Amino acid sequence: MIERTAVELLAAQEQGATAESVTRSFLDAIRQRDSRVKSFLHVDETSALEQARAVDAKRKAKQPLGPLAGVPVAIKDVLCVRGVPTTCGSKILQHFVPPYDAHVITALKNADAVLIGKTNMDEFAMGSSTENSAYFTTRNPWDLERIPGGSSGGSAAAVAACEAPLSLGSDTGGSIRQPASLCGIVGLKPTYGRVSRYGLVAFASSLDQIGPFTHDMADCALLMQVIAGHDGRDSTSIDRPVPAYTKSLDMPVKPLTIGVPKEFFGEGLDPEVEAAVRQSLRLYESQGARLKEVSLPNSPYAVAVYYLVATAEASSNLARYDGMHYGHRTKEKADLIATYSKSRGEGFGKEVQRRIMLGTYALSSGYKDAYYVKALKVRRLIKDDFDKSFADCDVVMGPTAPTAAFKAGEKADNPLAMYLSDIYTISCNLAGIAGISVPCGFTKSGLPIGLQILAGPFEEEKLLRIARMHEKATDWHTKRPKL
Amino acid sequence: MAISPEQVRWVANLARLDLSPADLAKMTEQLSAILAYVDQLKQVPTDGVEPLAHPLKVHNVFRADEPAGSLPVNDALANSPDRRGDYFGVPAVLE
Repeated sequence: MIERTAVELLAAQEQGATAESVTRSFLDAIRQRDSRVKSFLHVDETSALEQARAVDAKRKAKQPLGPLAGVPVAIKDVLCVRGVPTTCGSKILQHFVPPYDAHVITALKNADAVLIGKTNMDEFAMGSSTENSAYFTTRNPWDLERIPGGSSGGSAAAVAACEAPLSLGSDTGGSIRQPASLCGIVGLKPTYGRVSRYGLVAFASSLDQIGPFTHDMADCALLMQVIAGHDGRDSTSIDRPVPAYTKSLDMPVKPLTIGVPKEFFGEGLDPEVEAAVRQSLRLYESQGARLKEVSLPNSPYAVAVYYLVATAEASSNLARYDGMHYGHRTKEKADLIATYSKSRGEGFGKEVQRRIMLGTYALSSGYKDAYYVKALKVRRLIKDDFDKSFADCDVVMGPTAPTAAFKAGEKADNPLAMYLSDIYTISCNLAGIAGISVPCGFTKSGLPIGLQILAGPFEEEKLLRIARMHEKATDWHTKRPKL
Repeated sequence: MAISPEQVRWVANLARLDLSPADLAKMTEQLSAILAYVDQLKQVPTDGVEPLAHPLKVHNVFRADEPAGSLPVNDALANSPDRRGDYFGVPAVLE
């Protein structure tokens, strides 16, 4: 049961399986596996079973059922769920219980999904390995010595480890695509504005997007169909019709021109990763696609731009954690300002403090033009590069991450080395476009490799169809780790 | 560009972060390394380039100004670290 996709679980329920039995299978898997994988920060078995039984009652009464009826979904702990602890991987929100649901949570509830638990993450989504979680490090289900990627590492590991068939993550610089790649599953970062950020704890507001993790493309289209759409509570949510992703998925895109940026195949790219990605490109060629070398000349600057823009926005967004209305407040007796400083000094972890410091510095008087404004100018050049590529290419393809999963601790004390693991994913967020990682092979030592496909704004429909062409010709998406 | 320990202390004050002397020393070293890395942006010619703060072309949308429900008082106060009746307790702001 647990190795099945959401589409298969929906079919099983049509055949007579109950939502309760489906949910019990995944709760059992969590009980058996999660002491090793550590995907979840919070699982409420009673609530999950109640939600499942409510679906079974609806089915029995022949009431209309939502598109995810009885399918368990794991939720990154950055998303507010009413009445359920939401820590964001931080000590500062250790006891925070949101009084409202994020937009995507309301959408999942309306779709009759079963919310099965909250997943581990790098604190405030800042990191690429979950090692910055204030609670524990999640493990890669393919090799428990290694990290699952991050920041949505818990959500990626939960699906890869078959603890949930679906999960949600958030992607600010690669936090969905990079862990999807490292865990051998599908992860989509939608176009900025496609999915409402209402109820998503803010990291960098001009970059953050919520998106799905799934085993395969049919599930990705299904979950995306549920969460996409306009919401007046997010002022950057775009009011555009949502295409029927699930309906068109199996239609190949022809003719198809694929841009291959030379900057994505340079120094630092692991040869095994490169070989797998090149193999995927040949596979598209054999299906009639045309490969075209393109250049994204400013993409080597994306990491530098990102660590100024994202930290500047974060320093402002995280100013709200002052220990006054919610969150950790220091026990020390102090005046108002010292209470702020001590609460934040005690509540935030090292990486979050580092980024708040960098962002504050980049925005401070005398340095703003040299750092923040300069970064925004180069950000425009990065976006212009993509616009040029998409003028004559349907999509741009390359590796999702420069290497397969690395060992826990390997980069923990070197922030810059950790930042560079997002080198191929970051430019997509800066440009606001859509991107996906799909499984495209394994290293000799058995670690998953991901192919990244990038498409222009609001071209998710085409993106999913193109990713599906790859999936149809391969069987990487059917592999499950032995746990 | 390297950042001095004095600057780091000043930024920590702006950011309202209470850092130990050991943390400040390590922060100085790490921020200097990151700033040296981001300094590569200086090589990029950007004369006449408009800064890009928002990735998509969007225009402001106004909504109707209609009253709607808000959080009940008990919900709003439920996460308060120092609830006092129907108020948030905070340290004295004025002496």
